[in-house]
Amino acid sequence: MGSGMARFVVRRLVSMALVLFAVSAIVFAIFNVIPGGDPAVRMAGKIPTETQVEAIREEWGFDEPVYVQYAKTMEKLFSGDLISYYTQLNVTDEILNGAPRTFALAIGASIVWMAFAIALGLYGAIRQGAMSDRLLNALALVGISMPVFWLGAMLSHYLGTELGLFPSGGYVEFLDSPSEWLWHLVLPWFTLAVLFIGIYSRVLRADVIETMGEDYVRAARAKGLSERRVMVRHVLRNSLIPIVTLWGLDFGAVLGGGAILTEQVFSLQGVGQYAADAIGQSDVPAVMGVVMYGAFFIVVFNALVDIAYAALDPRIRLEGRAGK
Amino acid sequence: MSDRNLLEVRDLSVTFATEEGVFQAVDDVDLDVGPGEVLAVVGESGSGKSVTALTLMGLSRGPNASISGSASFEGVDLVSAGERELRRIRGERIAMVFQDPMGSLDPVHRIGDQIVEQIRAHRETPRGEARRHAIELLDAVGIDEAASRADAYPHQFSGGMRQRAMIAMALSLEPSLLIADEPTTALDVTVQAQIVDLLRDLNRSRGLAMLLITHDIGLVAEIADRVAVMYAGRVVEQGTLDEVFYDPQHPYTWGLLGSLTRIDRPRPERLPQIPGAPPSLVDPPQGCHFRPRCPHEFERCPRVPGLEARLPDAPGHLDRCWLDPAEKRERRPVGEGDS
Repeated sequence: MGSGMARFVVRRLVSMALVLFAVSAIVFAIFNVIPGGDPAVRMAGKIPTETQVEAIREEWGFDEPVYVQYAKTMEKLFSGDLISYYTQLNVTDEILNGAPRTFALAIGASIVWMAFAIALGLYGAIRQGAMSDRLLNALALVGISMPVFWLGAMLSHYLGTELGLFPSGGYVEFLDSPSEWLWHLVLPWFTLAVLFIGIYSRVLRADVIETMGEDYVRAARAKGLSERRVMVRHVLRNSLIPIVTLWGLDFGAVLGGGAILTEQVFSLQGVGQYAADAIGQSDVPAVMGVVMYGAFFIVVFNALVDIAYAALDPRIRLEGRAGK
Repeated sequence: MSDRNLLEVRDLSVTFATEEGVFQAVDDVDLDVGPGEVLAVVGESGSGKSVTALTLMGLSRGPNASISGSASFEGVDLVSAGERELRRIRGERIAMVFQDPMGSLDPVHRIGDQIVEQIRAHRETPRGEARRHAIELLDAVGIDEAASRADAYPHQFSGGMRQRAMIAMALSLEPSLLIADEPTTALDVTVQAQIVDLLRDLNRSRGLAMLLITHDIGLVAEIADRVAVMYAGRVVEQGTLDEVFYDPQHPYTWGLLGSLTRIDRPRPERLPQIPGAPPSLVDPPQGCHFRPRCPHEFERCPRVPGLEARLPDAPGHLDRCWLDPAEKRERRPVGEGDS
């Protein structure tokens, strides 16, 4: 089995590299090749001067063949000297500044949403059809339907500004003060988690109910296992597979700056907020940098999900191998 | 209970509340299994044999199920026992093998680990020792290279190997009773024969008593000591293999045996079949459940016939048919006269 898993991981990493290359080509095409006026003018921001545009055209090689343009763009993206013509700040530095904040948001929120989703999903499945299950169903729908910006603003206003239980926004470095760091992140974590708790708990509930009807669960009971062990080791273990898939994709998206609204509402100054600002200012180099950064995490977590999937479900590992 | 029997089921009834009404899955069932004995429970799908088996394991309990009667096993009533007590018995004193060996093994755990799990759920055996025992068991049920196969996942096993693994797991704590629910139905014919041999071997060498649930009459003939025939939730006939096969008393049993092909007879154009379909268990016919399909129906049939010994010379041969035994011998198309 060990070599089967290793081969699977290698195969998945190779395909990840190919996808990343394709993403880079698409990013390049969207920003530099697709017709829509002079790319140098777009790059320069809202009120460019003629000399600026000329300098940009020269620097990015916009008057040279496409493959040279691509090479130059990639060189800029990966060498770390991509400069925003709007703020005059280094895009890579800005993203790297925002990343720890976005990571803190994503990791904490995903722990919150997974913990709640597993607890509520299991509870709903075990109490299937009971009042409490129907109530949870309704709450999940509310959670899914609630706009993040509204929920965030309400929490920030009432629990933050009015009651003073939590800071209403901002971010404190973990190393400066771990307790303040935690305190500032509680509301963003929950704001971001609510939607996912709603979705995940419903998905898990359905999977648990389906798994509880499997023959191997009945067989596990017939072995004389405790109900707890049956639920955790056989039912939950099998029901987690789809949830882990979802989790990897959503976690990757949030890491990649996808939690734009939450970051904005709580002024976390993470990558998501940077992306939103860049888009608002038509700051093309910054947007380009953020898109590559986001694509990277989404692709990486896609690959990790597949690997986790294979680790969780031994049947996947054999896929793609000729025979046994 | 008499000390002769390992398992003694009396008046067992199981009903389920469904949207269509109350579903009488098991109706007043009596069964006996002696130590080391193989009792085959035969009947078609929906006759209540699987629900009977699950009820004995305490696995048919639920908010919609209502269970009455008794099932004495080693001094415990399986019907009224609490969940804790049942859990101790399940897997340790009574083990169960299911119909679909693929579906009955958890796909995400290694075969060996699943056996170890069962051992350690009941005994404080160290993991390494439990694993050695698991490998011995796999070897004993005829799995080659058991030590390496113990690390395989269920999907890496063939159907026959999975059923062997299920049987190994069932044997792990040396139960006194094995409940096998259609253990060969999902398997290829050649593999079926191997599993039957294995079960028979276990019965003989270990004195393992079995409650074998099946609709395969051939399997019954090969392995059973006694037979109970179920129809529409009730046991309609019970006796030794010879009694039921060579002197069948119930018209349903006649039909069941008559629908077999026989190697010692010219092959009929069409296999005989029992006309009609089994009754609805939500609204069963009054009296004998077989009445609507029975060509021998007469005025006593609207009353439920008890499961009783009706032959003076065979006190263990019970049936639920009002017909006079002499009349039965005259009317039946199968049995001793034609064998």
